[in-house]
Amino acid sequence: MASHAMHVHTPPSGFIRKYIFSMDHKVIGIQYYFLALFSVFVGLLLSVLMRYHMVYPDAKVGFFETLWPTGAPGGVMTPELYLSLMTMHGTIMVFFVLTTAPQGGFGNYFLPIQIGAEDMAFPFLNMLSFWTTFVALVVMMAAFFVQGGAPLGGWTAYAPLSALGEIAGPGQGTGMNLWIISIALFCGASLMGAINFISTLIDLRVPGMTLMRMPLTCWAWFVTAILSLLGFAVLLSAGILLLMDRVVGTSFFLPAGLVVNDQILNHKGGSPLLWQHLFWFFGHPEVYIAILPGMGLASNILSVFSRKTIFGYRAMVYAMLSIGFLGFVVWGHHMFISGMSPYTAIAFSIMTMAIGVPSAIKTFNWIGTLWGSQIRITTAMLFALGFVSLFVSGGISGIFLGQPGLDLYLHDTYFVVGHFHMIMGVAAIFGMFAGTFFWFPKMFGRMMNETLGQIHFYATFLGVYAIFTPMHVLGIIGNPRRYADFKEFEFMGQAMSVHTFMTHSALFTAAVQIIFVINLFWSLKKGAKAPDNPWEATSLEWSIPSPPPFDNFGGKHLTVHHGPYEFSVPGKAKDYVMQVDPE
Amino acid sequence: MALSETLKSGPPPPPVETGDWSGEPGKKRRATITGVYVLFAAITMLFAAFTSALVVRRGLGDDWTGIPLPGIVWASTAFILLSSVALELAQRALVHSGRQGGRQQFTRLWTLGTLLGLLFLGGQYMAWRELQSAGVYVASNPGSSFFYLFTVAHAVHVVGGVAALLYIEVQAVRLQLGPSKRTAVEVSRLYWHFLAGLWVYLILVLKIWG
Repeated sequence: MASHAMHVHTPPSGFIRKYIFSMDHKVIGIQYYFLALFSVFVGLLLSVLMRYHMVYPDAKVGFFETLWPTGAPGGVMTPELYLSLMTMHGTIMVFFVLTTAPQGGFGNYFLPIQIGAEDMAFPFLNMLSFWTTFVALVVMMAAFFVQGGAPLGGWTAYAPLSALGEIAGPGQGTGMNLWIISIALFCGASLMGAINFISTLIDLRVPGMTLMRMPLTCWAWFVTAILSLLGFAVLLSAGILLLMDRVVGTSFFLPAGLVVNDQILNHKGGSPLLWQHLFWFFGHPEVYIAILPGMGLASNILSVFSRKTIFGYRAMVYAMLSIGFLGFVVWGHHMFISGMSPYTAIAFSIMTMAIGVPSAIKTFNWIGTLWGSQIRITTAMLFALGFVSLFVSGGISGIFLGQPGLDLYLHDTYFVVGHFHMIMGVAAIFGMFAGTFFWFPKMFGRMMNETLGQIHFYATFLGVYAIFTPMHVLGIIGNPRRYADFKEFEFMGQAMSVHTFMTHSALFTAAVQIIFVINLFWSLKKGAKAPDNPWEATSLEWSIPSPPPFDNFGGKHLTVHHGPYEFSVPGKAKDYVMQVDPE
Repeated sequence: MALSETLKSGPPPPPVETGDWSGEPGKKRRATITGVYVLFAAITMLFAAFTSALVVRRGLGDDWTGIPLPGIVWASTAFILLSSVALELAQRALVHSGRQGGRQQFTRLWTLGTLLGLLFLGGQYMAWRELQSAGVYVASNPGSSFFYLFTVAHAVHVVGGVAALLYIEVQAVRLQLGPSKRTAVEVSRLYWHFLAGLWVYLILVLKIWG
């Protein structure tokens, strides 16, 4: 009987099997990454259009009329069009950027390698999950092109607006149906991905790779996968109920006695509040899904580039587990003004404050890692440091919003917009930039350009603070969110100069991203050849060639003898010990 | 290989192990079993969300009209429970008895289980027809909405389960159920037990709160 140890795992042949319908987790990771890259530019374009309209609401722009003859008659954007751009901006960014790249992109690529596996547990399912996500994106984008256009109820799609159908407004007919179908497909894809991540991590670790020797990126992907598994199932249920209300006439979310456009509707007493509960039960874990991989990566990068082991590895693990668990019991803080009992509000508020504790532990441990170290400044390190800065800035405003008394005032103002953009729209994105600069050499065998990277970092860092910090002040003065313009409000007159400043900052920051795109694509072809371990890091991916061979470890049997962050260990010849080094 | 050939010359040799990970075939098997339990967690959350929707809707006003459950659902319940028993006995026959006798016993019991599963789906279909002929459709009243929601959602998952059972059935009849397919048998059986348990839960919820 042939020894299993010597089995030969043959690589796929043919362009389609290698690069299109590939079951190789590395190819799938890259596919997810580029899907997210495409999506982020769509989302960015939408945000630029929104910011422009905010400040010049009466501007006549020729190509608006060409693109949207009913949405922008005479070239002037209608409020409905603005709201649909806002809805799609939120949806595309949250789902197709923040939920795909950190987990599906980097996670797919590096989880198996970091634990010593040849591939994910279920390669076919992995391929299926990517292509389902792809189809979901196509369906979502199709909403722009159907009669009525894209939906306009926000990425949160609150009932009854989202459940009514065409009578609710432009885009609420076919566009909304496509939105729901796209999200349902996305839920299915995420569930498939979560099953893969969890099974791979539990069962495919090589000997010596105990749970407490895994890099913190793996822990982050693990907790994120659990959150995805439990959260997306609930979103799927909500989507099914919503589609039933719209298509077969049920009344899960539609109350009796609704009058829309002078027509009494025939519904039988559902609850719009039920939608909010179901949505936010998913929606809150979703934001932790967006940020946790960035946290794991920040820990990883900070350790590597300060040449020090992560401060409090165990505490970091427990903090991530706590954040994951607590993330499931705070959803009501999105609903403080929905009419809930003040006692319920107190309960949600206490749990929301409680999440601040593990988050703070992580922040202090990042600082502890850096303290007294010899920092090596690279673009990856800068983005990781930027992540910490933005996580603190964005996270602290969340503590304000977690107080029901304050939230009563701040809900639906720009304070909330500033909060979630800082933490999701920037900190999480910085995590993705950090991951790109850190892992590009491994994924593509070439180095990115450091000069362009640093220019991009500094300009973006300044730009995002310029865009989003003023939003907190605007929120405090009462600037409402989800309004296409503020022409009717006298008190907003003074605020328009702030909006203008934010729009200019946004245009600047958006333009600066061209530097990143140039760097990425130029380096793919012309970057300097990357060695196996350019950063002198310790985890398993740095012990294999750049880019890795088809089966990652070339059929070798690995045993892991060391933890993931053994830097500057006294008595050792080099300032790092790789996990695969002998004892 | 045609069935007639198989009967004349005996089963084909067991296939060479492929798809093992880092030289440890046990890993793939363990990962597959972990995977199916993780799948159960996801499906549980889906139905937990549907249940909470039911509880909320029921408590909303005085307009809750439950629907009487069509009588056939009790027969369906019996079918799915019996099929679960049959599959469990089949698995034991495969594992515990001697190879040859065990296989035949397995194939008989697995076939029985699969047929009972198909009868379950047939019973569900008849339940829906019965309701429709009484004028009770999905949007007729809140109770009917939830009845259709629960039963259709469950049936969709059962269709997947039946597909797995049929795949194993075909492999068993062709005498191609080698060691590498044991994991498939195990996870199909586990999935089926989960769906049977889920059905018992759903029918109780519909009976008590429907």
